[in-house]
Amino acid sequence: MPRKITYLQAVNEALLGEMRRDPSVVVFGEDVVGGAGAGGEMDAWGGPMGATKGIYDEFPERILDAPISESAFIGAAVGASASGLRPVAELMFVDFMGVCFDQIFNQAAKLRYMFGGKARVPLVIRTTFGAGIRAAAQHSECLYPIFTHIPGLKVVVPSNPYDAKGLLVRAIRDDDPVIFFENKVLYGMEGDVPEELYTIPFGEANVVRDGDDVTIVALGRMVSLADHAAEQLAEDGIECDVIDLRTTSPLDEETIYESIERTGRLVVVDEANPRCSIAADVCSLVAQNCFSDLKGPPRTVTAPHTPVPFSPVLEDAYVPSPERIAGAVRESVGAAATA
Amino acid sequence: MSITKLGMPKWGLNMREGALVAWLAEEGAELEVGDEVAEVETEKINGVVESPAAGTLRRRVAAVGDVVPVGGLLGVLADASVGDEEIDAYVAEFQATFVPEAEEDEAGPAAETATVDGRPIRYARRGEGAVAVVLVHGFGGDLTTWLFNQDALAAEERSVIAPDLPGHGGSSKEVADGGLDELAGSVQGLLDTLGIERAHLVGHSLGAAVAATIATRSPDRAASLTLVAPAGLGPEINGEFLEGFVEAESRRELKPVLETLFSDPAVVTREFVEEVLRTKRIDGVGEALRTISSSCFPEGRQAISIRDGLAALDVPILVIWGAEDRVVPAAQADALPAGAQVEIMAGAGHMPQMEAAHEVNRLLGDFLEAHGA
Repeated sequence: MPRKITYLQAVNEALLGEMRRDPSVVVFGEDVVGGAGAGGEMDAWGGPMGATKGIYDEFPERILDAPISESAFIGAAVGASASGLRPVAELMFVDFMGVCFDQIFNQAAKLRYMFGGKARVPLVIRTTFGAGIRAAAQHSECLYPIFTHIPGLKVVVPSNPYDAKGLLVRAIRDDDPVIFFENKVLYGMEGDVPEELYTIPFGEANVVRDGDDVTIVALGRMVSLADHAAEQLAEDGIECDVIDLRTTSPLDEETIYESIERTGRLVVVDEANPRCSIAADVCSLVAQNCFSDLKGPPRTVTAPHTPVPFSPVLEDAYVPSPERIAGAVRESVGAAATA
Repeated sequence: MSITKLGMPKWGLNMREGALVAWLAEEGAELEVGDEVAEVETEKINGVVESPAAGTLRRRVAAVGDVVPVGGLLGVLADASVGDEEIDAYVAEFQATFVPEAEEDEAGPAAETATVDGRPIRYARRGEGAVAVVLVHGFGGDLTTWLFNQDALAAEERSVIAPDLPGHGGSSKEVADGGLDELAGSVQGLLDTLGIERAHLVGHSLGAAVAATIATRSPDRAASLTLVAPAGLGPEINGEFLEGFVEAESRRELKPVLETLFSDPAVVTREFVEEVLRTKRIDGVGEALRTISSSCFPEGRQAISIRDGLAALDVPILVIWGAEDRVVPAAQADALPAGAQVEIMAGAGHMPQMEAAHEVNRLLGDFLEAHGA
């Protein structure tokens, strides 16, 4: 039965639910037991954000506080997954992922391929991303484009509590390495979530809103901002399809193309930096596959090509806003009218 | 005649508002009860608002695109003797005093859960009357199958109860063999738990076979039997539909399958597909559906039969079938006992209770009234 819980609670329920169901699921990460500032009391916070709250109480043998060495515990998680466990490693901020690229890119992503399908790496790396909490340049990036680029990794970016639970359960049951991106600004977001465990398939985008004028493709926190913009635009008679990608690898190209066939106009909203990004990728795919349907150039609304600023004023201007999204949609409609 | 309000209907427990998609009658049109007046879109499904009375559509108050709360004013019916000023005054007063049902009130006891034989069984009850009416959904459905009917049937003297069968909706996902006896036993167990000795049993599709099974097992418990597009009357069933429904994992796979259910595929909205998917994604649902399907409909044929049971029964029987049913062919109505009242509805598919809700509610209301409910 559905009831309202937060995005953070949804993540917690998926973890606990899968640990109860499958004894091979284990959790590694920095502070996942005690939590920063917990004063030595076990499970006081349940991790830096609270996502692992309650796990230590129930499964003290299956959750491990890792030393502050991402390369070590991510490497250990890769090895554990290749030898029969299903580890869910928590890497506080995706910005720290750089120190374990070899473990992820060269080992986790390639083992199945290099061993002719005889090795499996059922690993999940949960991480947080996104600007908006005044955490500055080294704790605010998106970085999912880098992981999407690597064959062998699956990349999940849930936009709401329902998807967070269903996609995390799916990720834990998946036999391949999954990088699971949680936007920290969304942790307090509430939504209807079933009490039971359920899975949402990878590679199926969610259509959040229907409209025939413009296709807005978004992911993560950008979905609700895009939906908000679409609501304002509808008041002026501009109806948008809003597509939530849910996963960037695999990518549901078909849902995007079906929509473009109807609208002929594309605006991609992506919180990441603009170069070599999901926004750029979606525009390129649409240009290649739907060229004759397009009534105007695809447009993107992204962060600028700079690090995330420390100044709160600049940080707020850095992240795409509903106003910028609506502006891009209006431009695309206007451009089409004069074309 | 006086002024009659054409209001936003309430289709189901969770409906709070609807958007007017189109007017289907002009101002000044002469309407009969049941004439289609407007098309309304809800979060769940599109439907047609039918005229509640005979009279002239004097005023179209809501404009296309307006979102109107349940009970809000769409239009006004009256005959020619009522002056325009009176209509104006009626509209002005209504709009000034109308208060939409508060969200908190609706969040109330929309659905409850009882424990039957150790398994949770969810049900929704509308009305507090002494005469019980039980609505049993079909394969893959849940109590919202009756979203256009349950409130309409809940007259003062009735209480209308719609359970979720095991493996479905909010009920336990554990099923044993998934056969008719098990499903009928769970509904009977719920009636026991609720202290209901005798009820008017209404079932749709597989739920109709469940209702018939209850009546056959315990004839004293069935005051009457209404079978909507029933399973169990012949071997033929759309096996492709069953297989497609059980196996569909994505919106793209499920939508065409759900469209098979209706005469007009346009009623299957994105939200409707999403709602069905949300249930299907829950752990255990796929397995439960497979178990029930292989028990009742192995290899795309019906292995269940209610024909002999019905022939031996001595209760009033109403059968409602959509002429364009693409899941269970309406021709199977030929197998019914001679005394049954059979209504074949043009323009409806396998879900007449949704597609022709008003007509079904009228038939069912008359039938129940004629048999003491």
